[in-house]
Amino acid sequence: MERDPIYMDNQATTPVDPRVIEAMVPFLGEIYGNAASRNHAFGWAAEEAVDRGRSQIADLVGARPKEIIFTSGATESDNLAIKGVAEFYADRGNHIITAVTEHKAVLDTCQALERANIAEVTYLPVDQYGRVDVDDVKKAIRDETILISLMYANNEIGTLHPIREIGKLTKERGILFHCDATQGVGKIPVNVDEDSIDLMSMSAHKMYGPKGCGALYVRSRGPRVRLRAQMHGGGHERGMRSGTLNVAGIVGFGKACELCGQELEAEAGRLIALRQKLYNGLTENLEDVYLNGHPTERIPGNLNLSFSYVEGESFLMGLNREIALSSGSACTSATLEPSYVLKALGVGEELAHTSIRFGLGRFNTEEDVDYVVKRVSEVVIRLREMSPLYEMAKAGIDLKSVQWKT
Amino acid sequence: MAYTERVIEHYERPRNVGSFGSEEAHVGTGVVGAPECGDVMKLQLKINPQTEVIEDAKFKTFGCGSAIASSSYVTELVKGKTVAEAGEIKNTQIVEELALPPVKIHCSVLAEDAIKAAVADWRGQGTTKKDAA
Ligand SMILES: Cc1ncc(COP(=O)(O)O)c(C=O)c1O
Ligand code: FES
Repeated sequence: MERDPIYMDNQATTPVDPRVIEAMVPFLGEIYGNAASRNHAFGWAAEEAVDRGRSQIADLVGARPKEIIFTSGATESDNLAIKGVAEFYADRGNHIITAVTEHKAVLDTCQALERANIAEVTYLPVDQYGRVDVDDVKKAIRDETILISLMYANNEIGTLHPIREIGKLTKERGILFHCDATQGVGKIPVNVDEDSIDLMSMSAHKMYGPKGCGALYVRSRGPRVRLRAQMHGGGHERGMRSGTLNVAGIVGFGKACELCGQELEAEAGRLIALRQKLYNGLTENLEDVYLNGHPTERIPGNLNLSFSYVEGESFLMGLNREIALSSGSACTSATLEPSYVLKALGVGEELAHTSIRFGLGRFNTEEDVDYVVKRVSEVVIRLREMSPLYEMAKAGIDLKSVQWKT
Repeated sequence: MAYTERVIEHYERPRNVGSFGSEEAHVGTGVVGAPECGDVMKLQLKINPQTEVIEDAKFKTFGCGSAIASSSYVTELVKGKTVAEAGEIKNTQIVEELALPPVKIHCSVLAEDAIKAAVADWRGQGTTKKDAA
């Protein structure tokens, strides 16, 4: 009966691919030079490895290698892009447009700029699927707008924004376009030229690479994007991000990109089939299950469902020794606030509390999906038997009309 | 968050889950919390009208593992107590028994409120019945 736990939380992080580990190992041991040491073979070996990594990353997204700036992860990339642009282009304008469902690394950075009176920020609403409307973006543009920051794919619900259309718009208007593509790169085709992206955040640990290693793509021509550095020091990374490079991490990140590129199409197809199987299995076994996010415009590995009448934390508690998932329920968060992303879609708070994110990834199999369908169905049925809301709904009581005593 | 053993135990083997049939007399029902807050507890107490002793208790809870454990524990705690004694139960007792962390204290408060609501409901019925008679 005991089996290895199933990891199905691949939007939180991904396991490191064994092929990535293999590529990294020499750089944790015998090849230890500093990539900035120009005068000896130890440095050259490290520099060569960094250059290769840079090319592998650039190739995956249609960039030129020198446009890749290494960082500690997407949080830092988001900070560098937004603060760096706001500070550098301050004389051109001070207005930034983003959306309410962005990752906290973008939202908190924008709020910090507002508090410091460096920028004014418009937070666009999203539709019921989590997408911004291109017309809303258009209407929000002012003369002072210098930057639009929108994510490729949402980390909770997987929804894709109409990135290409927004890129076209920003290009026409001469506004810089930053895209947090942390959940998109390696999962779906992303091309900085075709999408007209000027700055793009990426993170290795969301694509089977190591944690603590990320990159910011910074366009070098058409237009050449400038930034105010946020980390000062030895002037590494063309002065945009000082600090000795994480050689092993970069080697792993590069290898991870290469593998994602080679396998992208087949893997996307496989994950969509697994996702469909998961959705079909669960909705056949259970009633009152609702999809959060867009039915088709979403990353292949994300399925976000609300299981009415069953609170998310108690749901996860029933499975956490066997299956790793995550929930938008308030009870799972330190702040006791339900997911702000689901709230923004207009999903009622009561459904936000019952939401579960299934994050499928490279190492999930059909067998995993069968097992998850079986166990999730059992847990939901058990908890519904324990749920006063289920009982009331079955008795024909409209839960919305009840006067709750809080 | 790691759960304490007592919470897991109640979650996996909850005591007294269910509802009394609507035909049963002398049952007080308390429903507290709200779906938007992520927690709703229903506690029912079957009370002997002569002795005011709680003879049976049942619960249903929508909420986190700690909320389920708190309500399960409360059904055990109140059985055999008089209504007056049950009214004395404080949420701190639940917190201690289940070793709840600070973020889960409100789940125990809800369980305390559920007892009070069920007792109030039972008392309310008593008076309406007497008035009717
Ligand atoms: C969309 C998005 N942006 C940014 C981040 C932060 O990435 P990192 O963990 O590399 O700092 C994440 C991951 O949590 C994410 O999903
Ligand atoms: S019911 Fe939400 S934290 Fe316990």
